[in-house]
Amino acid sequence: MLNHLYTRYSLATRGSGRGWLLVGFTVAAFVGFLSSAPVARAQDSTIRAVQNIFDPLSAPAETLYQVSLLVMVVCAVIFLIVGGLLTYAIIRYRRRGPEDDQEEPPQVYGSAAIELAWTVPPILIVVMLVLVTARTIGEIEHHQMPAAAEEIRVIGHRFWWEIRYPKHDVVTANEIHVPLSSRTNRVPTEMVLESADVIHGFWVPQLNGKTMLVPNYRNTMWVEPYATGIYLGNCTVLCGQQHANMLIRVIVDKPDVYQKWLESQKQAPASDPQTQEGQKQFITNSCGTCHTIQGTRANGTFAPDLTHFASRATLGSGVAPNDEQNLRSWLKDPQILKPGCLMPDMQLSDNQINAILAYLRTLK
Amino acid sequence: MADPATLKEIGTELRPAPPGHEHGSLTAWIQDLIFTVDHKKLGFLYLGAGWMFFVAGGILALGIRTQIAVPNNHFMDAESFNQAFTMHGTTMIFFFAMLMVFGLANYIVPLQIGARDMAFPRLNAFSFWATFFGGIFLFLSYIFGPGLYGMGAAPDASWFALAPLTSRAFSPGNNIDFWSLGLLVSGVGSITGGVNVMVTIFCYRTRGMTLYRMPLFTWLILVTMFLVVMFMPPLSAAQIMLVLERFFGAKFFEAQAGGSPVLWQHFFWIFGHPEVYILVLPAFGVISEVVPVFSRKPIFGYPMMVAATVMIGFISAGVWAHHMFTIGMDSFSVTFFAFATFVIAIPTGIKIFNWLGTMFGGKIRFEIPMLFAIAFLFQFLIAGLTGIMLGCAPFDWQLNDSYFVIAHFHYVIVGGIVFGVFAGFYYWYPKATGRMLNKRLGLWNFWIFTIGFHLTFDPQHFLGILGMPRRIYTYQEGRGWDFLNMISTIGAFVQAVGAILFIVNMIYSARKGKVAGDDPWDAWTLEWMTSSPPPDYNFEQLPEVRSRRPLWDLKHPEDPDWKFE
Amino acid sequence: MSTELLATAETEWRLPSPRKVGLTLVILTESSLFTIFVVAYLFYLGKSLNGPYPWEVLEFPWLGSFFLFSSSGTVVVAEHRLKKGDKAGFELWWLITALLGLGFLIYTGAEWQHLIYHDGLTLSTNLFGSTFYSLVGLHASHVVVGLLLLTLILVASVTGNIQPRHHEHIEMISWYWHFVDGIWAVVVTVVYIIGMQH
Repeated sequence: MLNHLYTRYSLATRGSGRGWLLVGFTVAAFVGFLSSAPVARAQDSTIRAVQNIFDPLSAPAETLYQVSLLVMVVCAVIFLIVGGLLTYAIIRYRRRGPEDDQEEPPQVYGSAAIELAWTVPPILIVVMLVLVTARTIGEIEHHQMPAAAEEIRVIGHRFWWEIRYPKHDVVTANEIHVPLSSRTNRVPTEMVLESADVIHGFWVPQLNGKTMLVPNYRNTMWVEPYATGIYLGNCTVLCGQQHANMLIRVIVDKPDVYQKWLESQKQAPASDPQTQEGQKQFITNSCGTCHTIQGTRANGTFAPDLTHFASRATLGSGVAPNDEQNLRSWLKDPQILKPGCLMPDMQLSDNQINAILAYLRTLK
Repeated sequence: MADPATLKEIGTELRPAPPGHEHGSLTAWIQDLIFTVDHKKLGFLYLGAGWMFFVAGGILALGIRTQIAVPNNHFMDAESFNQAFTMHGTTMIFFFAMLMVFGLANYIVPLQIGARDMAFPRLNAFSFWATFFGGIFLFLSYIFGPGLYGMGAAPDASWFALAPLTSRAFSPGNNIDFWSLGLLVSGVGSITGGVNVMVTIFCYRTRGMTLYRMPLFTWLILVTMFLVVMFMPPLSAAQIMLVLERFFGAKFFEAQAGGSPVLWQHFFWIFGHPEVYILVLPAFGVISEVVPVFSRKPIFGYPMMVAATVMIGFISAGVWAHHMFTIGMDSFSVTFFAFATFVIAIPTGIKIFNWLGTMFGGKIRFEIPMLFAIAFLFQFLIAGLTGIMLGCAPFDWQLNDSYFVIAHFHYVIVGGIVFGVFAGFYYWYPKATGRMLNKRLGLWNFWIFTIGFHLTFDPQHFLGILGMPRRIYTYQEGRGWDFLNMISTIGAFVQAVGAILFIVNMIYSARKGKVAGDDPWDAWTLEWMTSSPPPDYNFEQLPEVRSRRPLWDLKHPEDPDWKFE
Repeated sequence: MSTELLATAETEWRLPSPRKVGLTLVILTESSLFTIFVVAYLFYLGKSLNGPYPWEVLEFPWLGSFFLFSSSGTVVVAEHRLKKGDKAGFELWWLITALLGLGFLIYTGAEWQHLIYHDGLTLSTNLFGSTFYSLVGLHASHVVVGLLLLTLILVASVTGNIQPRHHEHIEMISWYWHFVDGIWAVVVTVVYIIGMQH
């Protein structure tokens, strides 16, 4: 396993993540093509877990990458020159032996000419860096969205992500679906970032740099992904105990898959008579005062929207895979999987857990 | 090098320490330490306390690294981890590095300027005890205070305590109060200490020592203390506001009342950025003493070194929001602060060139202080360059709040400041104790610590590049972070061994070290003119100087500095 | 031979007075502290979500300012008396200075009492309340410290403990008092003149 990771790491730093991208894309496309999903091709389930900032897969991330590359090259050159001079100095001007103690070397106090000479290049470098930086800042901050842009609102909570699609009246949590874009047909997704409590940070390196979510403020950023897949990210500003498990999953879908997903989100899940008991337990145990499930009386907004909970790959904003075992543990006591999260132990009996679990797993 | 006969004539031959340094009973010794107002003993207190806090902060660091050596680890729970990195940062900055700065300043500056003590000795004692008490109070949080989870109520909202996480609503225990109250008290100590040092430098220089003839260490301390006096009050102000908010319901940073959490960040970083210059300038001062002496040449370009230092002091007031590039500022502000950050790199970089220029044409002796100084130069160069990368705001939008930033600032603080502190200790320990630090232990200390340092922090640059954010107590497998974290953790333990060797060396050499004499390094500034250790009154007769290197003038009467500069 | 080596520097070797330099630095550091509270007040002007608002409840502090600013004048007179050796005159004018300072504090106390009980403005009411009381309160605490120092000197003088060598100490206390007045000028401008527009 270490070997495998080492290989991934070394490939990543050599910047050939694009190679993996191509492979992943091809495999995904092939699988999608062959899949027996009836109407459209299946979602690309390549998980982009290794998020290398030097392997951008989105337009703004590429812009940042280019200026970063320039700055790094400048710094590398400076390092080689100054480091080289330092190395030279300690070798060439070392004391070689007792014969060097006979007299002191020439006591040079300085030289205005030399000092001027080594002041000018840094000033020029700084001028160049400022110009390049200013231009990139302008490019990013004054970016114009095309009319076809998708819009989402991301609201940070302790310790989960609320996502709203104002154009489509869709509300979801923790898993962010966005459409694939391309250079010729731009479909960026503009993101408005807000916070319901403390400061959070949104970061998916391959999609864009990070931006904070500040209560009382409205920040914006955008993504414009060129490759499908599931991009992992993190909250980047300490927000409390479970800051580490406030994970992000951005699922980039081809436009038709994305549309299909939107449609499924707009519909309330079908009511299954076998899980009526679970739905009843959900309401009577006050789960609905925090959680919303469309089509039921549960309409709380304090906690993640669970309308399509079973369609998500993880629970607890990424802390564990969304399978029966983990869900059972969560319903038993959320503090086991995510100690410090804001859902208390609801003191459910085993029967209640069984019922609610069965119900939740139908919420596709 | 001047021959022993001349040295004997001008009174700097080897001689035992003057009377008054035999240790009486233990209680007498402790009483002396508690009530002393002597700058040298207070210097020892500052430095001794600083190393104690270093050990505490180091243990916390080892705990942090152990927890994240592997993914999904259960060595520490989330709350304890949050407390650990908060306490690690707060301790290392306020109670290790600051105490090293004040300790070295206290001990060395009066000697370098030919004074008998600080301007206000009793205030000096107050400053130390206030600072020390603040640190003790901070650590009391581990055992007192109703915490919610984990161990006691140690602060857990990071060393810069972002609002509104620090409000009562989100931090209901007393964790944050230990942080703000402890630092308010130690802040008073620092500010009064800063005033004291500045007054001493302005008003107690010996005859002939104009400001332009002061040793560079003293110059750098002067600018450092100016930054302390000007920029620690903003932290105190912000903490007063936080205390008023948490205890009396005031509304300073509360979003629900229309307040702005961003205001906290502005106030904090207006302090926070000058603070890192407060920490690094004294290290520059040590390097500016060590490199010339061990290259056997005067510092190259003294006037420019002074000018660059003063420029750094002033510009450091204008770069603070580069810590806030991701908060969503308008493009003009972001550009301005990126510009200011690049500009401050110029005087900083020039200093590296001046140190290089000092070494060129010299006859470099690789004594232990010089080894640490050379390592400093390489490491600070890298630190400065990663700083430039972070100063480029768009690059920072990727790197901010990631392990790249952690790597950068540890390169500055450990690779720069701690190495500078080690250099200073190996350089001045003989003066303070009359004995040399053991050279063999010193070599082991140097190499093991340097290797450990690089093992720990070099991988962290790549962790940041691979998307690992700060302050996470655990992470999942498959993110590409496993191997690098393991290396980093191993490095931390290697560093710990190196640091322990240093402490062992200090203790061992106090009794068993080679007798040093007044001037073991054949140096040129005034502190080497008196005995090792100096008498309580520092100099039998306050010296008179005519140049920047008074001892050079004494040892080379045919070729004194005052003929040339 | 050693004395020749330690050749004489300039014959005149003057260094600044430690007390003056020290107090100047204290003034600088305090100014830095006050600046943050001033910034907070200005930043939050007009941003309180609920009243009372500055324009509703603030009245320009004519009397308090008169007390405080004239006390700067009286302390200068006291120092003149001291320089002339007029101990009684010094003590009289010094006492007047302290009484004027006390008058300022009483005026502030009355103003606060009215604000709290009549207008319902407290530290926790809104952004205005927090920034107002913290800034004005910080200033008032400095006046209290100043008063204590003034009292200390007065008692020392009355009991015959002031020597000529203490003149610089007294001058430093008067500098501090002027500083406190200077801060009040800033507070009046920011809190009342500018603040009352919002």
